[in-house]
Amino acid sequence: MNRKEKEEYLREYGQLKAEGEPFFPYAVAHDGIIAVVIMAIIIVMSLVLGAELGPKADPTSTTYVPRPEWYFFFLFELLRIIKPPQLVPLATIGVPTIGIILLMLLPFLDRGAERHPLKRPIATTTGILVIFAMGYLTFMGASAGSPNEIEMKAPAALAGPALVEWEKGRIVVGQSGCLACHKIGENGNDGPGPQLTHIASKLPEAAIAQTLRNPTAPMPSFKNLQTESPEKFKAMVSFLGQLN
Amino acid sequence: MPDLKKLLPPIPDALKLQPRRAGTNPEPKGPVEQAAEAGTHAGAWIDERMQLSGAVRWAMVRKVPRHDWTYTLGFSVMFAFLSQAVTGVFLAMAYDPSTTNAYESIRYTTNEAFLGEFLRGMHKWGSTVMVVLVFLHMAQTFFYGAYKYPRELNWVIGVVLLILTMTMSFTGYLLPFDQRSYWATIVGVNINGTGPIVGPYLSDFLRAGPEFGATTLSRFYAIHMLLVPGAIGAMIGAHLWLVTRLGTTSPPWNKPRKQADS
Repeated sequence: MNRKEKEEYLREYGQLKAEGEPFFPYAVAHDGIIAVVIMAIIIVMSLVLGAELGPKADPTSTTYVPRPEWYFFFLFELLRIIKPPQLVPLATIGVPTIGIILLMLLPFLDRGAERHPLKRPIATTTGILVIFAMGYLTFMGASAGSPNEIEMKAPAALAGPALVEWEKGRIVVGQSGCLACHKIGENGNDGPGPQLTHIASKLPEAAIAQTLRNPTAPMPSFKNLQTESPEKFKAMVSFLGQLN
Repeated sequence: MPDLKKLLPPIPDALKLQPRRAGTNPEPKGPVEQAAEAGTHAGAWIDERMQLSGAVRWAMVRKVPRHDWTYTLGFSVMFAFLSQAVTGVFLAMAYDPSTTNAYESIRYTTNEAFLGEFLRGMHKWGSTVMVVLVFLHMAQTFFYGAYKYPRELNWVIGVVLLILTMTMSFTGYLLPFDQRSYWATIVGVNINGTGPIVGPYLSDFLRAGPEFGATTLSRFYAIHMLLVPGAIGAMIGAHLWLVTRLGTTSPPWNKPRKQADS
């Protein structure tokens, strides 16, 4: 805005203000009505939806799938979509940081005098696109599983109970946090642990089970999993044993 | 229409307010007149010592341009924040921010305390309502072009308030200390750690050390109920000061009724 536009705006605003109504009581009355509505919404939500309390936090559990509060779902979904490890920081830190910086700079980037949304096509379109993108990502994040899920096709040779076992192992391995250090196909991080994509061609199943029980630090031991839920451990081993 | 005055019981003469005649000395007054003016006197007494009436007049008796209901969104956010503050104070009364007792204290609030689950529900769902209102308020400001001259700085303060609100919901998520909150926080703090330059330091600051430990919870508690609410209060103060000083915008399609003299 140049000086002329600023003066024009201030003059027009002064007139609009003079033609307006007093803040007290008109605006105050509107705010009061809205306050009652909001209080009612919060009370009804509390009564209908309640406040559940899950099981107590257990730092030793290895199979819990964390989910954030719903308004972080769009970030969660970005993390799920962007798989290559060198791009993960971009999804987790880059996008939100750039978004916030752009938001902060908005009034300095868009300095035009026009305020009507229909006469600011670029700003209005961008705004609507951002809202749709966030809405879409939130929806996908809400309906999708966790970033710990392994997306893979079962080997064609498997059928019947072996396929069921493989499917179960895929879920258990995903939930057990292996992907934090190991890469399995397109999933997970490359390092610090070795790639597991073709682990079965290097180690037989028994050796895989042995490594799970007795790993090299810093990998956690899955001995407890074997004693507490042997079928999960078995599924894990048979899934890893199929990674040729 | 019936005369309602006739339906009222008769008032004894001594209690009737006498209209003052022009030219007569107002003193002395009866006890009823004095009692009727007690409020005015008390107000005047306080104002003489606090000098507030000017500020109240400045904030309240000012004209605002004609507007629609979307202009209540800003107040709505503040109201939701106040609701969070009040319910938060009551939740804090039974909360113990230690890794051993936190879960148990929340379980007590939820299952045993009077109206405990209702209170927790109000705080939990109040945060959702507040976040939704923040986004609506921001969208309205964006589409109405209200961030433009001369209100640029108020938009920046608003973005700071958005970050603070998100910090509130992130730190509050850990406090019930169930599986969900614990693991979501672990993931969230690790994500912070992947950030460039300040990332690892931020993670260490949040965790109070390189690993999630006994003091992490009390640190989140202090951030959630002392640091950030104080900052939000201060920022809301600055936000409102600027709103009052610069005036609320007019919807961009409203034009002055009478044209300016050319």
